[in-house]
Amino acid sequence: MLLAPIIWVLTVIICYIFAAHTWWFPPPISAHGMDYDAQFTRTLVITGVIFFVAQFALGYAIIKFRDNGGRASYTHGNNKMEALWTSATAVLFIGLVLMGTKIWASVHFTEAPADAMPIEVLGKQFAWNFRYPGPDAKFGHTDIHMVNDQGGNPFGIDSKDPASKDDITSGSLRVPAGKPIKLILHSQDVIHNFFVRELRLKQDIVPGMEIPFHFQADTPGTYEVPCSELCGLGHHQMRTTLIVLPPADFDKWMKEQLAAK
Amino acid sequence: MSSPTAHAHHAPQGFIRKYVFSLDHKVIGIQYYFLGLFSVLIGLTLSVLMRFHMVYPDVKVSLFEKLWPVGAQGGIMTPELYLSLMTMHGTIMVFFVLTTVPQSGFGNYFLPIQIGAEDMAFPVLNMMSFWTTFVALVVMVAAFFVKGGAPLAGWTGYPPLSALGPVSGPGEGTGQTLWIVSIAIFCFASLMGAINFIATTIDLRAKGMTLMRMPLTCWTWLVTAILGLLGFAVLLSAGVLLVLDREAGTSFFIPAGLLVSDQIQNHKGGSPLLWQHLFWFFGHPEVYIAILPGMGVASQLLSTFSRKPIFGYRAMVFAILAIGFLGFLVWGHHMFMSGMSPYSALAFSVLTMCIGVPSAIKTFNWIGTLWGGKIRFTTAMMFALGFVSLFVSGGISGIFLGQPALDLYFHDTYFVVGHFHMIMGVAAIFGMFAGTFYWFPKMFGRMMNETLGKLHFYLSFIGVYAIFTPMHFLGVAGNPRRYADFTNYDFMNPLMPIHKFMTHAAYFTAAVQIIFLINLFWSIKKGARATENPWEATTLEWTIPSPPPFDNFGGKHPVVYRGAYEYGVPGADKDYIMQNDPAQTPAH
Repeated sequence: MLLAPIIWVLTVIICYIFAAHTWWFPPPISAHGMDYDAQFTRTLVITGVIFFVAQFALGYAIIKFRDNGGRASYTHGNNKMEALWTSATAVLFIGLVLMGTKIWASVHFTEAPADAMPIEVLGKQFAWNFRYPGPDAKFGHTDIHMVNDQGGNPFGIDSKDPASKDDITSGSLRVPAGKPIKLILHSQDVIHNFFVRELRLKQDIVPGMEIPFHFQADTPGTYEVPCSELCGLGHHQMRTTLIVLPPADFDKWMKEQLAAK
Repeated sequence: MSSPTAHAHHAPQGFIRKYVFSLDHKVIGIQYYFLGLFSVLIGLTLSVLMRFHMVYPDVKVSLFEKLWPVGAQGGIMTPELYLSLMTMHGTIMVFFVLTTVPQSGFGNYFLPIQIGAEDMAFPVLNMMSFWTTFVALVVMVAAFFVKGGAPLAGWTGYPPLSALGPVSGPGEGTGQTLWIVSIAIFCFASLMGAINFIATTIDLRAKGMTLMRMPLTCWTWLVTAILGLLGFAVLLSAGVLLVLDREAGTSFFIPAGLLVSDQIQNHKGGSPLLWQHLFWFFGHPEVYIAILPGMGVASQLLSTFSRKPIFGYRAMVFAILAIGFLGFLVWGHHMFMSGMSPYSALAFSVLTMCIGVPSAIKTFNWIGTLWGGKIRFTTAMMFALGFVSLFVSGGISGIFLGQPALDLYFHDTYFVVGHFHMIMGVAAIFGMFAGTFYWFPKMFGRMMNETLGKLHFYLSFIGVYAIFTPMHFLGVAGNPRRYADFTNYDFMNPLMPIHKFMTHAAYFTAAVQIIFLINLFWSIKKGARATENPWEATTLEWTIPSPPPFDNFGGKHPVVYRGAYEYGVPGADKDYIMQNDPAQTPAH
């Protein structure tokens, strides 16, 4: 009855909004991002068909089999159909997740390339801080007792350590385009999460753990980074940006930072 | 299978014994139902407040200042107040609504009757389980009224945020402690209830009521009880460890070297991930606890009101068992981004896809039940049909989230919020509405109003789709969850019209629930008198008066001759054969 057309209209509207990309991902800025979108589309098409067919079948049954006298067809089921749709579902669902394994593996099972630029990420209630090791490729020693946010030392860098002399810190994450980057994620207090939509990547930042996370951004631009794990009352304000620069501009920025020290 | 034990049952005397500290599973079931109803109204109010704040974060509301002089100074909700409302919304809904009404409410009332027993196996334990739940609710609500207010760490309460005390945020003092204590008390109540359900189902089935003749509702209540027995025990342990970290200086969940609000924390050696493993080892079975009884009700109603046997009873039982078993093996899919071993993600994701299979079987079988049927569109049936549609919608988004590769974007976005609300916040709730309209005549001896029922159904059905479908679009756009407002990010500006739409849909749908409340309370007093079997259904509750006598079967012991779904049997004189009917057609 009335429920059937309501289900059908809702189904068509929902399928349309997904198909028309009315609200959608931002364009990807990396090869990983493009692989991600392909797996998403595969999943969307398969689930979209299942969604459409299931809701339509439900609506159809509501209309076709309404009671107008007589008896229903007495059956306890159909084992062949059960076997068929059970195996089809299993193949589809497990097949989908296996297809996505390559993407997961490329993010988490492979180490960052040897020439990846290491950058330390420090999340704390409610700000982001980033540190570059500088030309000596060594991060200077840090000590929690030396942390001084107001005094410009969010990492607690020990200035007595010679390796810290060329460490560059920043409130936003600048990286050169087209080069592999290896982030080392730290938290000072509670769990946070580093998320860049355009990279199609996120990772929880867990206190007590040092989590490596590598990526390569190919398209220059400025991309917002929203903290993505509830971290307290400032969670919705814990924002920074990923600034992808052409390599020459990045080098210029780095030289300026080192000169200013 | 042992015969039903005699309880030497006398009718209870006196108001306290009959209606307060009752040992009667029927009264206890109704008590749980109304505890759940009270809780859902609190949870619903919290969600409407949340949705208001998300789209109007700068609008002054003098009522807020009256309610929360500290948390809403100047009539504007602070982010910490928002997060505490959100925490309590999730907690109250999951524990005091979804875990109580379908299982402890309807299950308590109808499990003994559907299997032909006089009462639960342990009536005193049953009474204690209700009053323990009641105490847990009082403690939970008390968190709103203590200094610092309710906790803000979400219903998942991840440490270190939940373990460090007020230094990590307002509400993290006494509020968080009361939250943990309440949940611990709730765990005890659930364990008591689980023992009762399992013992009752194994031991008190009437003669002829084999396991494979039980209504599917009984199967779901049994498996749900097993999930509860195993899952809540782990949650209780986790809660104890968290309290120790907060109060006794232990460091189960807190590593060394934390600096919080400029104070160095005196802990070392703990792992925040340990909490997540313990919590989700409980938390995943918990969501199946929330949905399985609703699936049982859906099966029951779809068969009854299609006048046709359930399609594939054996497959349905298998699916319930598979969901229960696999439900314990997939908890890691809540932790793909957590920092746990990424290799474990492969195992958890394959298992998660596997659990999609029995859910799909159930959905196909529900549609198969309708196919070739003669559908009677009672309000109860409408909610069962709505359940199927909502379960499909909610389940589909699980196919995305179960893949760690895709979770790299969707974790902690509104895509997740949309997914679990569709399944728990809507499908499960529709299962409760379906159960209410179906069993109300038996419980109260009166019929609910069908016109109001259908109006409530249609408006709610459209309303919930309007609220929760857009959350998936927000998720695709990357909108994070648990944000008090969205004013700090450029990319979220174009998403505000979606949020506004959802907020207005929420106001509308919340208001529509008044129709249900009017129907419920008016019908209790003034509904048309119900007969013994108004739906012409086959299961044992429809063989006794509406409402039933205190000992259900009036001292008689029912004998069962056939399965629960003998509708439309060719050659039978009516289009249904009761389970206790010994008549001519061969029994199954």
